[in-house]
Amino acid sequence: MARMVTNRQVAISTAGAWLAGFLIFFPILWMVLTSFKTELEAFAIPPSFLFFHWTLENYATVQERSDYFHHALNSIIIAGGSTLIALLIAIPAAWSMAFSPTKRTKDLLLWMLSTKMMPPVGVLVPIYLIWRNFGLLDSLSGLIFILCLGNLPIVVWMLFTYFKEIPKDILEAARMDGATIGRELVYVLTPMAIPGLASTLLLNLILAWNEAFWTLNLSTLKAAPLTVFIASYSSPEGLFWAKLSAASTLAIAPILVLGWFSQRQLVRGLTFGAVK
Amino acid sequence: MGQITLQNVQKAFGPVHIIKGANLDITDGSFVVFVGPSGCGKTTLLRLIAGLEDVTDGRILIDGKNVVAVPPAKRGLSMVFQSYALYPHMSVRGNIAFGLKMAGLPKADINRKVEAAAATLNLTPYLERKPRELSGGQRQRVAIGRAIVREPKAFLFDEPLSNLDAALRVQMRLEVTRLQKQLATTAIYVTHDQVEAMTMADKIVVLNAGQIEQYGSPLELYEKPANLFVAGFIGSPKMNFITGGAAAKYGAETVGVRPEHLRIAREGEGWPGKIAVAEHLGSDTFVYVDAGALGSLTARHVGELGLSAGDAIVLSPDPARIHRFDKDGKALRT
Repeated sequence: MARMVTNRQVAISTAGAWLAGFLIFFPILWMVLTSFKTELEAFAIPPSFLFFHWTLENYATVQERSDYFHHALNSIIIAGGSTLIALLIAIPAAWSMAFSPTKRTKDLLLWMLSTKMMPPVGVLVPIYLIWRNFGLLDSLSGLIFILCLGNLPIVVWMLFTYFKEIPKDILEAARMDGATIGRELVYVLTPMAIPGLASTLLLNLILAWNEAFWTLNLSTLKAAPLTVFIASYSSPEGLFWAKLSAASTLAIAPILVLGWFSQRQLVRGLTFGAVK
Repeated sequence: MGQITLQNVQKAFGPVHIIKGANLDITDGSFVVFVGPSGCGKTTLLRLIAGLEDVTDGRILIDGKNVVAVPPAKRGLSMVFQSYALYPHMSVRGNIAFGLKMAGLPKADINRKVEAAAATLNLTPYLERKPRELSGGQRQRVAIGRAIVREPKAFLFDEPLSNLDAALRVQMRLEVTRLQKQLATTAIYVTHDQVEAMTMADKIVVLNAGQIEQYGSPLELYEKPANLFVAGFIGSPKMNFITGGAAAKYGAETVGVRPEHLRIAREGEGWPGKIAVAEHLGSDTFVYVDAGALGSLTARHVGELGLSAGDAIVLSPDPARIHRFDKDGKALRT
């Protein structure tokens, strides 16, 4: 049904959208601004918005004191590694569930998702003990492993919904055309699934990048990613707002840039294949 | 060559028997149509021949070789799907060439064959387009192009025209028939549309509830239906069935008369009744007659007939065209 939309309504809803967007964005903006202030200006009341003494001092201090690049590299390895391994496991799993489902497939999917409903702290002690006994504490492989396990249900679900959208007929046509399973995968399925694979990969990268619970609890320094780097500025040395902001800005910058350039895939990923 | 033989082919999904022992002999180069109501197993039977489903029991022979354990790609058949099933990320050229590429043909050969197929199907101007940029009829032609380019032993068509509008359907029906005759390749065509079946087929297989009811030429089915099901399924409007005393007079449990074999008169010998509805198409007149104890009867008159609802008439069957059936519904032949 066509509805009459007046200019006034458009103006109001546009203003509303900008306001909502600004409210969501404001903490990030404030963090970035604070990172360029001196520690004194950072908690000055009333706060100054733009007219303060801009300085890069915090960034220099942060890098000097706690080696940003070491943590950033760890973050890249952990997020990238856990995402790739999760995809390698999830692609065949989602494939078989989408294209040759059994009576129990739906139950299996629900069961996998249900593991995400439990608060992670509930298994912290057993996981910590297992990791300790296997020598996985503060190791990159240990973190890759736990993040991969944690995100696997979401990756399988997302891929499953994408694969389900691929018509079975097309796969059968390829089979009739003489394609082996391998060639069917390479020439027909993968190209058709690329948008879905891309958004799954992106979303999982972001989830793994931002994951703080396990990374904080299972690593100290050697394998510590950026989440630990940020946390190190919060408590033990007193509150240094400006430095904490600089650390946080540095920590979210890479993923923010990645997210900015892949907005389209991300939106598709977040809607979970619900909208065709 | 494309000789296909089914020997006691059965298919069950769990306890449900979809195909209950099909025996069929399809000669090389013939156009065979599987027809039947929805859920009769016609598509399943086609998919069994294609190899997209595994048989539960029985043998499928292609040129004398049992292919039951052979994967679909190795059976030398090609299939046109109801949904077209084109590869959305490939151009028309890529779609048609895919099978040849999988077969590992040299590039020059592939191009030559693809262009020949495209020319046959009037697709040459669209070769570089993607499927989404084509109309329904063009997509259908690409699907057919993909099937013919591989020079298969047989074509399998799964209701290929059901997504097209009526006018295009008639046109494509003619094109498919012409193409099949020109290539002289065996074709198996699944449809629920009996007009398609009657017009396209050399031979028709009528399926009902997983069983082959009759296998014969379109006119054989029309003139000598083997049983009540075939008699009722083939022909439009449907054959009239009469039971009871009027049937017993002909020494049968049930007699059947096609609407076109009922003579309509104002008076005389026959079955009296009253017109409930009269449809005037110009070329034909259909009258739906309330014939008392005999029930409702349909009669067809070629040309215009000056009768309307409420008129009392008498219907007399053409004695040479009365079909008689026993109590099991089987045709009685004398």
